[in-house]
Amino acid sequence: MLIAENLKKYFGDVKAVDDVSFEIEEGEIVSLVGSNGAGKTTLVNLISGYLMPDSGKIIFGDSNITYASAYKRIKIGVGRSFQGASLFENATVLDNVRTPLFSRYGKIQKGFLPADGYTDVTNEALETLNIFNIIGKKNLSPKDLSEGDRKVLDVAIAFALKSKLLLLDEPTSGVATGDKFKVMDTIVSAIRKGNISTLIIEHDMDIVTDYSDRVLVMHEGKIIAEGKPNEIMQSKDVLTTLFGIGD
Amino acid sequence: MKLHLKKMIARPKIIIYLGIIFVLLFLPRILSTFNLILFEYGLTFAIAALGFNLLLGYTGLLSFGHGAFFAAGAYGVAMIAKYFPELYSMEILIPGALLLSFIISAIFGFLCVRHTKIFFAILALALSMLVYALVFKFYHITGGSDGLYVKIPSMFGITFEGVRRPQFLSGIYYYFLLCIFVLSFIIMKGIVNSPFGKALQAIRDNEVRAELIGIRVRRYRLYIFIISGMFTGLGGALWSFINGHVTPDISHWVFSGEIVYMTLLGGFAIFEGPIIGAMIFTFLKLYAMGSTVYWMFIMGITLIILVLLLPTGVAGGFKSLTDIIKNKKFFSGEAYDVNR
Amino acid sequence: MWPIYILNGLYFAAFMFLISLGLNIILGVMGILNLAHGSLYAIGAFTAAWAIVALGKGASITFIYLSLISGAVLAAFFGLFMEYFLIRPLYKRALEYQLLVTFGALLLLEDVMKMIWGGEAYYASRPFDILGKIHILGNPYPAYFLFVMIAALFIGILLWVFMAKTKVGTMLRAISLDREMATALGLDIHKLGTFAFVLGAALAGLAGALVVPTTPALLGFGMEPLILAFIVVVVGGLGSLKGALVGSLIVGQTRSIGIVIFPEIELALLFLIAAVILVAKPEGLFGR
Repeated sequence: MLIAENLKKYFGDVKAVDDVSFEIEEGEIVSLVGSNGAGKTTLVNLISGYLMPDSGKIIFGDSNITYASAYKRIKIGVGRSFQGASLFENATVLDNVRTPLFSRYGKIQKGFLPADGYTDVTNEALETLNIFNIIGKKNLSPKDLSEGDRKVLDVAIAFALKSKLLLLDEPTSGVATGDKFKVMDTIVSAIRKGNISTLIIEHDMDIVTDYSDRVLVMHEGKIIAEGKPNEIMQSKDVLTTLFGIGD
Repeated sequence: MKLHLKKMIARPKIIIYLGIIFVLLFLPRILSTFNLILFEYGLTFAIAALGFNLLLGYTGLLSFGHGAFFAAGAYGVAMIAKYFPELYSMEILIPGALLLSFIISAIFGFLCVRHTKIFFAILALALSMLVYALVFKFYHITGGSDGLYVKIPSMFGITFEGVRRPQFLSGIYYYFLLCIFVLSFIIMKGIVNSPFGKALQAIRDNEVRAELIGIRVRRYRLYIFIISGMFTGLGGALWSFINGHVTPDISHWVFSGEIVYMTLLGGFAIFEGPIIGAMIFTFLKLYAMGSTVYWMFIMGITLIILVLLLPTGVAGGFKSLTDIIKNKKFFSGEAYDVNR
Repeated sequence: MWPIYILNGLYFAAFMFLISLGLNIILGVMGILNLAHGSLYAIGAFTAAWAIVALGKGASITFIYLSLISGAVLAAFFGLFMEYFLIRPLYKRALEYQLLVTFGALLLLEDVMKMIWGGEAYYASRPFDILGKIHILGNPYPAYFLFVMIAALFIGILLWVFMAKTKVGTMLRAISLDREMATALGLDIHKLGTFAFVLGAALAGLAGALVVPTTPALLGFGMEPLILAFIVVVVGGLGSLKGALVGSLIVGQTRSIGIVIFPEIELALLFLIAAVILVAKPEGLFGR
């Protein structure tokens, strides 16, 4: 689904992403871990189109999206969620998901009926909310939601745009510890249902172990390890760089 | 049809609106001519303010230059009166005013929408003052500071020779104005509730994400800017018949400030807010001017108290009250958080 | 005659410089476009005029010129009130509200001036008369105009030194560059904001005071300088002292030459220049 080849992004002397290559299969959930400043967010920015790489290639499906605009990438199915949930604070939860759908179906420039009159789009939005277990809150404002629900809504928006690849930036950060697994359960079940490839930046190793098919470990701009969650957790190198455990 | 009726009755708002319109039909008989004309002024400002609020409340752009569009509508009428008297009939005047407002708001919009917030406000202000300066200086064409006279036009074949303005205004013009007001209301309400309206609000709430979900931010801002300008221009044109006289100061930024004032007074978070604001403002200003020479002080202090205490305006304050009474959640999907 | 027009341009520029400097400081440090800035200018003018007249014919020359400062002082006081009662409560709210409250202040102050000074014109030409005329290239030129230019230059330099070399000045610059970072570094945003507002108000008042010996203080005469000050800020750029200087020069000269060559559209020409710059280089010539 996604192939990254020799990606490089330097900010002056800082090698944020230093010759990174990896692949994500269709339907795979891959976690991206590493200490702060390892370059994870930069990598996600490169894939989602917020930043352009200095060199390297990004192939999504059949397309070379290395220098495509963020907007274009969303159109062909690269979705992303944000660390501080980026929502439409003054719209209802329903509208947060429905408006992107209107955009997707080209209804904005052609639609003259009241939004509620578009039953098919509205139903699709409701269905999405249902998948993410927030349908009961459809008339609330994001401001009234818990942090966990806000993160879920953020992912729901990316999901609604029929993303085939989802980039999730710390989906459980800021979420109360008791809710973290609930949030991940909701998100991951929706992802599995849609067979969506996913790259998750995460710090909580329990979450990584429970939900990922594969793990990529980044350190100082490079990928230093790759493999199944339990292999990674036992690798001495990884433990040293990530946690400073060992000699 | 049955289902439709059921739906309508289920929504009390529509019944209230119909009730209000019904009452308004009898207004010429209830109010004195003086108050009726004042009410008509209020209606024209209401149309202008509703148009303005499409940009402020729903798209998040504050313009201190809407006077230029109001002037475009009003001067459009006045210029046709002066230079094309054979075309001086309502059927031509309204489209003509809309056309001139369209042109001016398209130009302004194209220049302004690349910017936001302060720069947008300043640019809109500067451009409207440019119009003011031009209208002022080209006095051979525009009448300069003396302005232009606007006589009563013919309407749908009826001429009003010998009819005095108050008579005209309390007769057929009142119903004409009411029709246009209701029509404008319905159209603007439709825009706001449509997917386009939702997209505008998304732009207002989170410009970056809106762009990412495929909303063409600049283009839609331009569209709504033009629509907004045209409705304000419509208000200006309708106003010119009541006022009988157009002067450059309606393009001055202080007049634009009055439009902002009205909208805020009524509340920009609710669709009907600007209507209430326009009405209150019209009567408030007249009352203030009539009771003291320091009427600007009153207007100023009212605005300040309003901004400090009632950020959602009169309509917003009223709504919060009714929500608390109904014990509903303080949110309806239309409200706009002023503390963003 | 050309040198005279250019000198006049410099004279206009001197005023614009002082007013727009104040506007710029407030805009840069607090992010507020002070729509009541022209009113503060007018307050300065009325106060200075009143002071000069009150001192009477016998007063010494020094006092006459010192009384001009009274304009700055009273304007500063009004600025203080404004900041405390109007701006400070809205600090956390959206920018639009601050804009609206200064608009309310404009309406209010216009009538406050009417209440205090009535509707008449205040003349106070002594400072102008005393200095008489100087001959420049064979033409007589009012020395007072030169005095104003020198005063403006002096204040400009003083302010530049203040901003660049003093602790408070550096803090003000820090806030205008990156407000969040400044808060994070522990700067007292509120106190500094008040200071900036009062400083800006004082500059506006001073400009008004300096103009009053040449033209009477009248109600509503703060409106045009306000608009011109906007243009200066737009042209010269936000937050830049150099920009205020260059912007003032451009506006001043355009005004001076424009009045002679294109009297009809001189005002329109200025707005046109502003609009062009806003479109081509929205941050202004030297803005950030």
